[in-house]
Amino acid sequence: MRLDLVPRIRRSAVLDILAPALAFVAAVMVGGVAVAALGVSPGAAFVTYFVTPLSDVWSLQEIALKAAPLALIATGLAFCYRADLWNIGAEGQFVVGGLAGGWVGVATHGSGGSVWILPAMLAAGALAGAAYALIPAVLKVRLGVSEILTSLMLVYVAQLLLDYMVRGPLRDPAGYNFPQSVGFEAAARLPYLMEGETLHAGVLIALAAVGLGTFVLARTLFGFEVRLVGASPRAARFAGFSDARLTLAVFAISGGAAGLAGIVEVAGRIGQLQPEISPGYGFTAIIVAFLGRLSPPGILVAALVIALTTIGGEGAQIDLKLPLDLTRAFQGLLLGLVLGADVFARYHVRLVPGGPVSRTAP
Amino acid sequence: MEAARPVSAPLPRATAGPTPLFGAYGIVKRFGSFTANDGVDLEIRAGEIHALLGENGAGKSTLMKILYGLLEPSEGVVTHRGDIVQLPNPEAARRLGIGMVFQHFSLCENLTVEENIALVMPPELSGRALADRIAKLGIDYGLHLEPDRPVWSLSAGERQRIEIVRCLLQDPKLVILDEPTSVLTPGEAEALFSVLERLAREGRALLYISHRLDEVRRLCVRATILRAGRVVGACNPREETARSLAAMMVGSAVHEVSARAVRAIGAERLRLDHLALPAPGLHATALRDVSLRVSGGEILGIAGIAGNGQAELFAALSGEALAADPACVRLDGKPVGGLGINARRRLGAAFVPEERNGHAAAPLMSLSENALLSRHPTAPLTRAGLLRAGAARDLAQRVIAAFDVRKSGPDPAAGTLSGGNLQKFVVGREILAQPGVLVINQPTWGVDAAAAAHIRQAVVDLAAQGGAIVVISQDLDELFEIAGSIAVLHDGTLSAPVPTAETSREAIGLLMGGSSDAAPALAPAPALAPARTH
Repeated sequence: MRLDLVPRIRRSAVLDILAPALAFVAAVMVGGVAVAALGVSPGAAFVTYFVTPLSDVWSLQEIALKAAPLALIATGLAFCYRADLWNIGAEGQFVVGGLAGGWVGVATHGSGGSVWILPAMLAAGALAGAAYALIPAVLKVRLGVSEILTSLMLVYVAQLLLDYMVRGPLRDPAGYNFPQSVGFEAAARLPYLMEGETLHAGVLIALAAVGLGTFVLARTLFGFEVRLVGASPRAARFAGFSDARLTLAVFAISGGAAGLAGIVEVAGRIGQLQPEISPGYGFTAIIVAFLGRLSPPGILVAALVIALTTIGGEGAQIDLKLPLDLTRAFQGLLLGLVLGADVFARYHVRLVPGGPVSRTAP
Repeated sequence: MEAARPVSAPLPRATAGPTPLFGAYGIVKRFGSFTANDGVDLEIRAGEIHALLGENGAGKSTLMKILYGLLEPSEGVVTHRGDIVQLPNPEAARRLGIGMVFQHFSLCENLTVEENIALVMPPELSGRALADRIAKLGIDYGLHLEPDRPVWSLSAGERQRIEIVRCLLQDPKLVILDEPTSVLTPGEAEALFSVLERLAREGRALLYISHRLDEVRRLCVRATILRAGRVVGACNPREETARSLAAMMVGSAVHEVSARAVRAIGAERLRLDHLALPAPGLHATALRDVSLRVSGGEILGIAGIAGNGQAELFAALSGEALAADPACVRLDGKPVGGLGINARRRLGAAFVPEERNGHAAAPLMSLSENALLSRHPTAPLTRAGLLRAGAARDLAQRVIAAFDVRKSGPDPAAGTLSGGNLQKFVVGREILAQPGVLVINQPTWGVDAAAAAHIRQAVVDLAAQGGAIVVISQDLDELFEIAGSIAVLHDGTLSAPVPTAETSREAIGLLMGGSSDAAPALAPAPALAPARTH
């Protein structure tokens, strides 16, 4: 007996939705077994992970605030991955974006609070992220250097650069030598959406980015180009699309989105520059992009799921004394199962009687 | 070497014995609600070359796959020397001595020729011994192969040779050949026919599937004709004409392409001057000093064996490869050697590459997106960078209607179409643009007779309207049918074109083999020449 995978040329819309849903159910069941093995009731853990975070306003806002940068970064990354290009340095672009935008915030500190400060910060963040992402893109186009390696290595450069800046040039002179910048003025902060709550306007920026990403991929010639390059690179050249131009464009887009997410985080939740501004959003967004199967609406759902399990995991750590690593393991398991389930949505799986692998194409 | 001897010896008569070597009786194969084979009977006798004829979709492939153990029939039996046999997998079929040469190559791109062959050989036959046998078969049968070349670097013609050698190495009793000559030159095909006739004389049975009816008439004394999953006739092809055979296959008279290309009636539209391009890859072919001129109303045919620079020439004409000197390539007098494919399209050129899936079309995308693929520069399918989905759908529908493209669903993925229908779509997409210059590479490769006639007619009609057309093809019959003049591409150089009416297949065949003097047609068809020299 052997298994044959035959590509489905017609994708079933039902399966496309059902597959990740079933994968989620399977992940929860496997997670339940792991929780039981740790001596905790799976039912209680389920409630702590998936129900409690959805039942109070504070944690709902936390979920939205965590999902926003993930969705924003992953939407940008979807352009790269759709085109079969591998920007895995979104974390670095996030940091550089936060640093550049934050620098605008620091430089305008005490200038009187013009309404242009915040837009300038956001623009600086997005542009800096895009420029930083263009380094591996240019190296790839000009010299054929693997973008996987260079984009990853530039993450560490960015983190060290931020670390140096907040300890050196951008340090708050009145800050008792703490490695952090001045706290931003109100004009340099993203406005809160509700009085007295934590939810800020960055969430709207992320939603807008998801909507824009959906539109561009589905309805523009550029989106067609991105999809075509990923699906049939040779046909894309026949369509007259240039590999080099597209490489630069999608890296600029993904870097810009990551940089924007960086300054949204800095001007939103944090309010100043400090040595660490990201709990690994740029890397988690890679998982989110693939969990969402590289489509922006899917990415939005995936970002919410990942944010939910993260918040739930913090709750489980406090209430049930479950290790935080369990959350990470669950997220990894979820990704594996969703990608695995995707095989069933993409292929007919057939059990073929007899014989070793046939040399024939069916 | 006897491979080149003209075949006049009679084929061994089919033995009249009651038990054929292999038989298939009452074969029914259903896929869901679709019945691909509906009560098919077929008897194959030792020592005969048996033709299986039918249009694409007639059920030939299904029947072949059943005989080769790739599919199990829903009803019916397969017999071997009168005994019912089970063929659950190709391994079982091979044990009974059934070998198959596929139309679509089943080769691993990253492995070498020898490794691909070793994959299906018993483990004890490998290394030196295998290489020797490959070399010996190559010499015996004129199937030249370089064992150490990776498959990705080979042309379609060379890949097919691997398939044939791979099958012959297993010493089969029944060889099933699916369109085996579709990438061969007349000389190569002739050598293959000698091989096949020798195999038949050795007492083997051959089941021969081809769209080339002349070949079937030349090789086979028995033919079974399938239409829509049923046997609609059996005949001796030698007592039929190619047209009457085609009529049986399609169930109606085949439209014959009318009027060979009109002679040049307009101004010069496409011109190459001493174009030289370095080889784009290790095993690609460099173009050397290629010049050509095509005027409005003219169809220039470019013949040649696979791998002699066809793909490179196509890329140079289309703008997928740019020339160092812009003046090397001219469209309507304008130097375009430095312009990309879309700029050339905007100047009125259109292109149809050889490979449908993945080059001319994206198989997983819908037909309307595939209309967009090559027409976005020349048709109003976008506005300010935004797609006009309705306009793309309309364009796709117009192509579908004008070229009788059969499909399921309103806007299916290109990959769901059969080869012939996708080719009609791809050709129609370009021709509906009314291009002034059309460059088309292997227009009817792997396409059934009716679709091929449709495509050729459309090309001829375009020329009649003043289009300048370059047809790159390995099918000499096709070139002699539609081209006004023919030039031969050999090892990256292009011979001077000669008017079709003033040349012969033999003379063109000699040029394809690299012979510089197009000797008079006294000589027998040339023996096989290696595709390329290194």
